[in-house]
Amino acid sequence: MQDLLEIVERLFAGDRGALARLISWAENRDSRFPAALGQIYPRVGRAWRIGITGPPGAGKSSLTNGLVQAVRARDETIAVLAIDPSSPFTGGALLGDRIRMEERTQDKGVYIRSMAQRESHGGLARASSDACDVMDAFGFDRIVVETVGVGQAEYDVMGAVDTVVVVLCPGAGDGIQAMKAGLLEVADVLCVNKSDLDGADRLILDLEDALRLRRPRDPAAAGAGAMTPPVVATSAHEAEGLDDLLEAIDSHRRHLERGEVEDLEKIRRGKRIAQVRRVVGERLEEELWSSSGHTATVDSLLEKSITPYDVAEEILGSVLGVSPKTP
Amino acid sequence: MGRRIRVLVGKPGLDGHDRGAKTIAAVLRDHGMEVIYTGLHQTPEMIAETALQEDVDVVGLSILSGAHMTLFPRVRAELEKRGLGHVLLTGGGIISKEDMQALEEHGYVQLFGPGTATDDIADWIREEMVKRWKNEEIPL
Repeated sequence: MQDLLEIVERLFAGDRGALARLISWAENRDSRFPAALGQIYPRVGRAWRIGITGPPGAGKSSLTNGLVQAVRARDETIAVLAIDPSSPFTGGALLGDRIRMEERTQDKGVYIRSMAQRESHGGLARASSDACDVMDAFGFDRIVVETVGVGQAEYDVMGAVDTVVVVLCPGAGDGIQAMKAGLLEVADVLCVNKSDLDGADRLILDLEDALRLRRPRDPAAAGAGAMTPPVVATSAHEAEGLDDLLEAIDSHRRHLERGEVEDLEKIRRGKRIAQVRRVVGERLEEELWSSSGHTATVDSLLEKSITPYDVAEEILGSVLGVSPKTP
Repeated sequence: MGRRIRVLVGKPGLDGHDRGAKTIAAVLRDHGMEVIYTGLHQTPEMIAETALQEDVDVVGLSILSGAHMTLFPRVRAELEKRGLGHVLLTGGGIISKEDMQALEEHGYVQLFGPGTATDDIADWIREEMVKRWKNEEIPL
């Protein structure tokens, strides 16, 4: 308890060591974290959260670095949460996103934290939202969450941030790729990075074409309120287009704050509901399979050549206290 | 699941030879650690500030430039300035026996020279951390 009050006090006083340690608590599922989050929760909700996602090598880290620079030029503060993959075999990870941002290390208006995704598979780490909450309570104006390099269908970032930027680069597929369902649909802003390379113009045209053919995400809001994601060209390497990107993010923010589609508070609450459901699901899974002997039950039932579905019904029946469904 | 050892691997100073640092980073990764690789040309201030922001347990430095007698003490001082005296500082490079001894006497715990088996380094780090965690030696 003493620890808890001390660290919260230090966080509020602007101590970056306390900020770092609280994020570690969240990551390591330290038993003190939930109470600490309770203490700081009244200060959560002021920062604008930006997600940067896209395939490996599209330039997410370089772009994040550029974005940090653009934000600092406006004298706003910014925290970065950079997620990299963990090994499915050893659990180890090589977190290398900082290399692109090293000149920001000494800037007091910037905080950068690398995080391994550990057991998650949706492009973020389990503790991503918690880390954002801590950064938010610390008082940063903006938070950037950079996902692991994603394929076509990792959407966790959607639930964790206010504005999703999907980063693509030329040379990674034809126009049909742009029409596929999945990643492109979650974008609030589409960013074509490496715009100095051949094929960038073509990709921008393909994306704009694909967007014209798409039904809005919320058909009820089609018309006045709906916003088609803008396509922004950047070259993080040449430091080009970064202000345009920031402007596109701000424009999305204003759009949400005007509440034309849906109330911002309601949108954020929807994301919190999803977070609660996720936490409940995780805890249930842990409780269910940790020590209660269900695994042994499953093993012995399967031995009697009962199908996995029948076994599942049996387990659910005993957990929920209802009799198994009869087909 | 649970706690993982977080290690910062960096190269301070004017020294562009990072094969060793990258090898160590990969080895520690394969031993289940989370390795933050910071790249070349880091100042002691940058290394300590990164250690703070990343809340690492271990800082491992590769120095092949001959400046180890200056750089290790300065990194140690910068860590302590930030309340990170508890961080396990280690490293390696082309360092003479006499220098190694001198640095270890100043509290750099252990340095590893050329020819060290990489698994030994990982094992040593793990043993040290298990010891520290058991004794709750990590201050807030």
